[in-house]
Amino acid sequence: MLDIENLSRSFNGRAVLRGISLRLKPGEYVAITGESGVGKSTLLNLIAGLDRPDSGRLALDGTDYADLNEDALTRLRRDRLGFVFQAFHILPHLSLLQNVALPLWLKGRQGAAADRPAQQLLEAVGLGDRAGSWPRELSGGEMQRVAIARALVHGPRLVLADEPTGNLDPANGAKVLTLLGERIRGAGAIGILVTHSREAAAGADRVLRLTSEGLIG
Amino acid sequence: MSLAPVFVGSLARRRVATLFSFAAVVLGVALGMGVHAVHEAALSEFGRGLRAMAGEADLQVVGPRAGFDEGLYALLAARPEVAEASPVVEVDAKLVGKEETLQVLGLDPLALARVTPALLARPAAMPEGSAGPDRFAVLAEDRIFLSAAAQTALGVKTSDRLRLQVGTQDLTLLVAGDLPGVSEQRRLAVMDIAAVQQHFARLGRLTRIDLRLAEAVPPEAAQAQLQALLPAGVLVEAPQATEDQAANLSRAYRVNLTLLAAMALLTGGFLVFSAQALSVVRRHTEFAFLRAIGLSRRSLFAWLVTEGALVGLAGGLVGVALGHGLAWGLLTVLGGDLGAGYFSGLQPQLQFQPGVTALYVLLGVLAGAAGAWLPAREAARVSPAQALKAGNEVALLGGHGHPGLGATLLAASLAACWIPPVNGIPLGGYLAIACLLAGGLMVLPAAAAGIAWLLPQRGPVPARLAAARLGAAPGHAVVAAAGVLTSVALASAMAIMVASFRDSVDQWLGQVLPADLYLRAGPAQISGYLDADMQARISAVPGVGRVSFTRHEGLRLAPGQAPVALIARPVSPDGSELPLVGTVQPGGSEPAIWISEAMQDLYGWRPGQRVDLPLAGRPVPVHVAGVWRDYSRQTGAVMINLAAYRRLTGDPVANDAAVTLAQGALANRVAEALTATGDPGALTIAYPGEIRAISLRIFDRTFAVTYLLEAVAVLIGLAGVAASFAALAAARRPEFGMLRHLGLTRRQIGWMLAQEGALAAGVGVLGGLLAGGAIGLVLIEVVNRQSFHWSMDLHVPVGSLSLFASGLVALAALAAVLAGRQAMRQDAVLAVREDW
Repeated sequence: MLDIENLSRSFNGRAVLRGISLRLKPGEYVAITGESGVGKSTLLNLIAGLDRPDSGRLALDGTDYADLNEDALTRLRRDRLGFVFQAFHILPHLSLLQNVALPLWLKGRQGAAADRPAQQLLEAVGLGDRAGSWPRELSGGEMQRVAIARALVHGPRLVLADEPTGNLDPANGAKVLTLLGERIRGAGAIGILVTHSREAAAGADRVLRLTSEGLIG
Repeated sequence: MSLAPVFVGSLARRRVATLFSFAAVVLGVALGMGVHAVHEAALSEFGRGLRAMAGEADLQVVGPRAGFDEGLYALLAARPEVAEASPVVEVDAKLVGKEETLQVLGLDPLALARVTPALLARPAAMPEGSAGPDRFAVLAEDRIFLSAAAQTALGVKTSDRLRLQVGTQDLTLLVAGDLPGVSEQRRLAVMDIAAVQQHFARLGRLTRIDLRLAEAVPPEAAQAQLQALLPAGVLVEAPQATEDQAANLSRAYRVNLTLLAAMALLTGGFLVFSAQALSVVRRHTEFAFLRAIGLSRRSLFAWLVTEGALVGLAGGLVGVALGHGLAWGLLTVLGGDLGAGYFSGLQPQLQFQPGVTALYVLLGVLAGAAGAWLPAREAARVSPAQALKAGNEVALLGGHGHPGLGATLLAASLAACWIPPVNGIPLGGYLAIACLLAGGLMVLPAAAAGIAWLLPQRGPVPARLAAARLGAAPGHAVVAAAGVLTSVALASAMAIMVASFRDSVDQWLGQVLPADLYLRAGPAQISGYLDADMQARISAVPGVGRVSFTRHEGLRLAPGQAPVALIARPVSPDGSELPLVGTVQPGGSEPAIWISEAMQDLYGWRPGQRVDLPLAGRPVPVHVAGVWRDYSRQTGAVMINLAAYRRLTGDPVANDAAVTLAQGALANRVAEALTATGDPGALTIAYPGEIRAISLRIFDRTFAVTYLLEAVAVLIGLAGVAASFAALAAARRPEFGMLRHLGLTRRQIGWMLAQEGALAAGVGVLGGLLAGGAIGLVLIEVVNRQSFHWSMDLHVPVGSLSLFASGLVALAALAAVLAGRQAMRQDAVLAVREDW
């Protein structure tokens, strides 16, 4: 369960977020839309533990984390969060298998204990036969599929996707979104998709719109 | 289209990397310019002095240091080829109580005026009340005339007394005037020739005859005709020959120093390479856009090379200015020979040479352009579509290098070692060094990939990520480590060569200084000597067990070559007490000689060979019994048994003595007694330990400039690592941000950077040590042998090299972390967002 209560954040005296509240259950996949500058990235950073709110509560599976220190937040991200970025951010000097296994390495798993789950996720995203390939050999859509696999390999409770189709053509973007939704639901995780695109948001279970008055939807 | 703001402007955007490259080029150019300016000033002053002394002379007749029969003067003066002849007796006179010497020329003032008028003395008015200058003072046997520089250096003026040492006796002369025609920087004295012959035991001897040829007589023809009239060991040379000999003698040292300065420039070139390679990676999308809208490959290549050339131009301009300042400082502190001793006593003046200065600026430009060449070529080859693809930075970093070409260059270096010297310059050796460096760099990426493959596949995440990066992007190792490899290779090569040389000199000193005490009346071939009577008195001093006397002479063996040292001393038939090199070839009835290694290289003499040695004006057949190592002379030395020498020449004099104490005798007491056998200050005593310490001090001083250049090269290499990692870290901020998202702590990213830095530097250090070892061997076996004609035993300072290597790797790791610190800040986490 993700609990967000009365979250507020200001920058230089300007209130960007005011009284944001949201509760999501495992398996729920929501999209957050809004105009540019309304605070979507700020909200995402707060949920990801990359920023601290001025006030309010953030809790994931009962763990309050708005006031955790940096090390604790790092562990939280390592253990319970997964990320999919617009620019993929696949490491060019690691093979596809290694890129997917990376979150498991961070949790101390080595050898087959990391490689087997990573291979399974690669197969789940349709790239199982290319585990030894390098990122430069992939198309944009394929790289984003690797990113999705990496985001889910360690069994996160919460997956955050920031414009995951921003660098993809509509056909590939649609495939990626479908895959993302399936995998998040299949893993029983909570998924939050931040996007400008109504078409992208349509694949979510619920579409929330962030405005200056708060989250609507 | 004018794209200067696009390309040149990028230099300003990456200020740190540009600054490091600029600084390296400045240093390289400044050091090279400084060394060149100093030596040119010294050579120029030396040559000017020689030319002034040669005056109108077309040819000069020279012979052994002790001189030749003065009857040759009349013979040559009567020749139809000769218009005028001026006899000279040249003596290096020791000053009483000092180790300093004064060059004294004994001249005939009547003949002098028509051949070398610059040496005419100017008598001054004596304070005894005479109405004007004593015009006959130039012929007086007790008058001496000093140049302005000599008067200043010796602290004397006209009408003062000057005490010189002859044998072990004092000779007091009156300073009667000066030499207005001699340059202000030259220390020189002139006396009447008969007075010099009388006082300095040169009766019936001359050391030089200056000849002015009759009109329309070609000097070459006259040289050949006159040479045929002269006895063995007396040669006819052009006045230029002495200047050329000095230039040749110092050339190898100058070239080696200049080469060392080139190290800094080379390292600067590699810094430009690193900076440009990284810049190309960071700007690959920018180039792709420009190519897409119509910029040709050739233009892109040209602009990128121009960026490097501009850094080189700026560095070159500042470098030459700094170089002239450095030259002024070096002249003041180390002298015109930078401590090597070739031009002692000169006070050279720094001269600005526009042509040479422009050449060094051009060298800076070339270093910058050369450094930028390879990245520019790689950038121009990448297709725009490929460049726009994310994840392709690995390919843009040069892949796995050119191992095949690298191996070919390494093999070529071996072949280059066999190339003989050209004009005494070991070009083959330098070519071998260049091939070793270039080959090492070419194989570096493959070596990096190989090392990465050997690293463990398990372990902490930062180590795995660092190893994965090295294996997948070995070109990155080249970019970061090229400067390290170059500077480590050259520094370790020099360290091995200097350690080997010093160790060999130290051992050699132990072999050539076996006695308990050494006594001399003055430096070799100077006016101080030990006559037969003094030798007997020395041998009779209580406490003296055994005395070995040595006589030093100088022989002229071939025109255009510097005189060869002749050392006459007790030598056993098998030469076992000498620092021999190679086998001994016992001879037949002829006297045996032992030649230095330089004699093999310069004259082609070999053990077992029968040669003629010009002694006492005639060719004496001798047998070359063996070769010994001589670190004192580059121009060659011949050792002969003293008894054989005296039998052949009738010369009873000695210059120094090696004293072995009797059982139970105290060294200091015997030394005091020996000193008392001569006039106060006439004899100097030295202990082997003192001689050894002084010799090694001179050695260290000679290499002081070398040590400085080594340190500079290493610092520049290290700076290159820091600059490379700073640039890479800035480009990798999104990667670090992503890793932070995944859960790597800042400390873990710091460790990853440290290990990447250590791996890259480690690859560079390992490659540098291997290349450095090979280059050290080339320096020892080829460069030194061909430049200075001496061999040395290999001595690798393993301890200090290990410490140096590990320290460098640690510093590089630290530099990588510090450079990447900026990239690990909190907001770097947000660098993953496209709209940030």
